[in-house]
Amino acid sequence: MAPPAAHRSGANKRAQLGLFAGYVVAGSGALLGAFLLIISLWSPETFAGLRSMAADLASPAGRAGAAGRVESRSVFEAIGGYYRAGSRNAELEREIAIARVRLAEAEALRRENDRLKAVLRVTRGENRPVAVARLIGSTSSSARRFAYLSAGRTQGVRAGMPVTSPLGLVGRVLEAGSYSSRVLLLTDSESMVPVRRAGDDVLAFAEGRADGLLRVRLINLGINPLKVGDVFVTSGAGGLFRPGIAVAVAVRITEDGAIAQLLSNPAASDVVTVEPIWQRPAVQALEVIDQGLPLPGASADAGAAPATGSPLPIPTPTATRTGSPTPVAPATPADQPPAAGPAAD
Amino acid sequence: MDHLVPPDQHDAFGIRINRDQSPLLAGAVPWVTILLASLAPLSPIIAPAPVLPPLAFMLLVAWRLLRPQVLPLWAGFPLGLFDDLYSGQPFGSGIMLFSLAMIALDLIDGRFPWRNFLQNWGAACALIVAYLMIAGLVSGAQLTFVQLRVLLPQILLAIILFPLVASLVALFDRLRLLRVRRLT
Repeated sequence: MAPPAAHRSGANKRAQLGLFAGYVVAGSGALLGAFLLIISLWSPETFAGLRSMAADLASPAGRAGAAGRVESRSVFEAIGGYYRAGSRNAELEREIAIARVRLAEAEALRRENDRLKAVLRVTRGENRPVAVARLIGSTSSSARRFAYLSAGRTQGVRAGMPVTSPLGLVGRVLEAGSYSSRVLLLTDSESMVPVRRAGDDVLAFAEGRADGLLRVRLINLGINPLKVGDVFVTSGAGGLFRPGIAVAVAVRITEDGAIAQLLSNPAASDVVTVEPIWQRPAVQALEVIDQGLPLPGASADAGAAPATGSPLPIPTPTATRTGSPTPVAPATPADQPPAAGPAAD
Repeated sequence: MDHLVPPDQHDAFGIRINRDQSPLLAGAVPWVTILLASLAPLSPIIAPAPVLPPLAFMLLVAWRLLRPQVLPLWAGFPLGLFDDLYSGQPFGSGIMLFSLAMIALDLIDGRFPWRNFLQNWGAACALIVAYLMIAGLVSGAQLTFVQLRVLLPQILLAIILFPLVASLVALFDRLRLLRVRRLT
């Protein structure tokens, strides 16, 4: 296109000065941005207040959009439901008949479980959801995977709480604003969840990968016992997530574990539940340890230490450093927490 | 008024009788559209991987290429700041990259004053690729091969979508120059 007439200053002193001032301002803006970037990479929490305030302000728009997403999907599902309605119906009837039997069996197992727990004097942890909310958006163009949640501190949501959908774990709350909060999704590369294989006690970590899959890394290296189709649930180590929440299913086996697909696709979940932190004392103790021992080398042996050395009330088996992003292979098989957890406080 | 709507941008009939362009509309439309594009993370798309192109950045580049004078050179700072609040990037990356892009576009403007759309597209492509690469580098995510592989579709999508964004900006530009102000 034609060059704009006023772009070059020519001999006009005032225009030259204005152009120069523009460059100075833009350049210092870039420098300031670089400075802020270094600060926020150094300590990511610095601008959390500003961000959550902004998210609070814009969340009504996101809320409307989230409702629209769910409604539009159900419209398509309703239309799709008319096809193959007859055969589908028969199939579903058959499945329900089987499911009723299974439900009765599960109920019996639950009773038995309760009875056995009563014998072992394990109190059943209070596990009522903190809030039920919608995911109102996600950082869909950034390399990080955050989602915005339509509930905040006024609903009782606090940083660190697990976010689940009926199909499984979605992530955990990273920053809580007044009416909205930011969720670190499981697929973020900084997310790490201690998991075990459902059915037995093969322990592993589920790390986020950038492409929407999880990388499951076994704690005990050796012969890889995993198979395609294995389902992983949270192990409860670290005290953040209660044990037994479904996380992922293995789709490909690697040398040190597997590549797994998320069970609860956040995009398909209608409403999500914010749950309380499973064992708050354990998590608080970890935070104290993290602050008290700045050397990463020193914290490696501190993983097992607090049970003996620290005066904090820590349930022993869960105090391994598994919740933090830099994993230290836990010295204890961190999978029997209910025996010590809620009964300790 | 004259630097926002120069005389050569009057419509085919000159200034219509009793109607003129509103300075508010002419000045505000670029800013508002870019700010709205920054709110794209709150759209109902919950993405498992980075898929959406950086809409706010593309709009900024497209506005700057179409109408070099409506956005001042320092516009990258406030626009980048707003984008940082929602984009999920560490605070400051948008400020830095938007500011640098404005400076780069100004240099391109000085070096190549006469351009056709293909050259504009090429310039925008270079900027978008650089933006996505650097944004991924400073995002705080672990840099792995997978991360880079995921970046490619996003870059391609952004490059393909740029002409669409540019024509969208042209549409907004017509909205910007609507004659809505009544002269008394």
